[in-house]
Amino acid sequence: MDDDDGKKTPDKNVVRPPSRRGVLFGVGLALNGIAGALILSPIVRYFLGRGRTPPKSDHEWITLGPIAQFPEGETRLASYRNPFRTPGDGATADIPCWVRHIAADSFQVFAINCAHLGCPVRWFPQSALFLCPCHGGAYYQDGSLAAGPPTRGLFEYKYKIENGALAILAGRLPTLAESP
Amino acid sequence: MIERLRAIGRWIDRRLQLAGPIGEMARHRVPRSTASWFYVFGSVTFVLFMLQIVTGICLAFTYVPSGAEAWNSLQALNHEVPAGWFLRGLHFWGSTFMVGVMLIHMIQVFLFGAFKFPRELTWVFGVALMLLTLGMAFSGQVLRFDQDAYWGIGIGASIAGRIPLTGGTVVRLMLGGPIIAGDTLSRFFAAHVFIVPGLLFLCAGLHVWMVLKLGINEWPMPGRVVTRARYVQEYEELTRKDGVPFVPDAFQRDLVAAGLAVLAVVACAALFGPFGPSGPPDPTIIQTVPKPDFFFLWLYGALSLLPRWMETPFVLIAPVVGIVLLFLIPFISGVGEKHWTRRPISVLGVLLAITVFITLTALGSTSPWAPHMDAWTADPTPAQYLVGRSPLERQGALVLQYKQCRNCHALDGKGGQRGPALDRVATRLTRDQLIRQVLQGGGNMPSYGKNLRPPEVTALVAFLETLHGGGVRARDASRSEVHAPTTNR
Repeated sequence: MDDDDGKKTPDKNVVRPPSRRGVLFGVGLALNGIAGALILSPIVRYFLGRGRTPPKSDHEWITLGPIAQFPEGETRLASYRNPFRTPGDGATADIPCWVRHIAADSFQVFAINCAHLGCPVRWFPQSALFLCPCHGGAYYQDGSLAAGPPTRGLFEYKYKIENGALAILAGRLPTLAESP
Repeated sequence: MIERLRAIGRWIDRRLQLAGPIGEMARHRVPRSTASWFYVFGSVTFVLFMLQIVTGICLAFTYVPSGAEAWNSLQALNHEVPAGWFLRGLHFWGSTFMVGVMLIHMIQVFLFGAFKFPRELTWVFGVALMLLTLGMAFSGQVLRFDQDAYWGIGIGASIAGRIPLTGGTVVRLMLGGPIIAGDTLSRFFAAHVFIVPGLLFLCAGLHVWMVLKLGINEWPMPGRVVTRARYVQEYEELTRKDGVPFVPDAFQRDLVAAGLAVLAVVACAALFGPFGPSGPPDPTIIQTVPKPDFFFLWLYGALSLLPRWMETPFVLIAPVVGIVLLFLIPFISGVGEKHWTRRPISVLGVLLAITVFITLTALGSTSPWAPHMDAWTADPTPAQYLVGRSPLERQGALVLQYKQCRNCHALDGKGGQRGPALDRVATRLTRDQLIRQVLQGGGNMPSYGKNLRPPEVTALVAFLETLHGGGVRARDASRSEVHAPTTNR
């Protein structure tokens, strides 16, 4: 019976009543379409990764330790545990940053990442400069751009002082798209 | 005995039915001119791809795709697992050779006009194969998950972050979260082991299928013009009149070349061993100078040499334009002359691309723009620049060392090359210009006005004024009119 259908030359002018096979085909397409859509939306969310489950943001307050660790007038390397860490992160969960204690309750906390391409900047207290080893970006002690290819100063974290400890709002890798 | 084996073979093929099509494929006639050493690079690339699959699967038996364990598992491969170091070496050198041979293949088919009618789609899939191969190279570098890999992803994310509007989402898709972490590695592992190789297989299959169906591009002749109306007929005539069976006439050269290439990979793996891993992926170890693998050094170089305003447009637009242009080549010039002597623009284009690639790669590997982070303590002031100097001038030499000037400025060939060498700086700048340059900076130099006390500036400039190498010292004509010069060394 099925073989006969193939041999007939289809006449486009004649509207044929939907055959059982035609209906089933449509139902099949629709079912698979619905299944596909149901699978697709969680996949898209899945690919966006951990951390952003609204209304939570990519940032959390993390303490860097007591203020006494950061002598006044100096810039010191500190590190914090990424608030969104997982057991599989290993050493990558520890994120460094530069803490500049200006005076009393006045601080600046800079991201380690150069504003050019994210390489780790190093602090040189003698010349009071941050230098980047990759392409030679240079920043003054207040994080403002001194020389080199970056288009802006160092990325800065928001900070607050709680119970004598310095805390910063951190979590996301700072890039030109989204600074912390 | 042999007869018995034949019988078994016949029994199997009675059911499998593959001997027919394979035999037909092997014996299909190709132009005699294509049985040439110039035509081996495509099949060599394919064989190297197979080698990568084999060595990659072997490595997967030990490698742990976890941010916490990947680096350790590479150490185990290098030092504990028998022949682990050799397999890592094969995989690394295999990838290097695969990229290299693939680029040679691409240049050859381009110069031989192989992309012209009716092989446009073969070229399109070839470009896709090149992009996928580079994708494998980058994701493979991430899987090494060492210091360079960690900061390398950071560079990738920083570039992606420059995309207007969607930059943040792209960065997040790339990292699999807000920051580089274990999820990032898992993501690149899935891409390197499943997604990209799957696409590579698909595209390579279609690429080879089209080569078989459309025939190997004949050796081009000046004046033999491709037209849509006659080409297929002419090609068929050529293969009929002056053709040879693909196996063995053309295939034997492929076979020899593939054998040589694999032997070269084996030799490199045995002699030079595996690549890395460098330090552990601990971002708190910031005493590092990240550098990409050699396929991406040219980009690393370009990113330093571009003017600041041009960087983002270049990084975002140039690759898109370049890739679209590559895809469009067969549609821009799908017919006409195939021979390179009749296609000067194509030849110049290839020469330009090769020159740019080699130059930027060489610059990227020496990276003269990067400050030498330890030059201020590692490279002492050359003794000849201290002989016969006054105490003030020697104090200036100390300032020069201590304030990290040497990180960017070389003396006697040692030190950074970010700024100009200072050996003869007094022949270029007068005393006033030196003071101004030190205090205000400029010309890509930070200003030291806030970080140097006036006596330090005086000492530093006094020392710099002695650096003239016996040449004629820069002199401010107007100043000598006002009052006599201060020193006369």
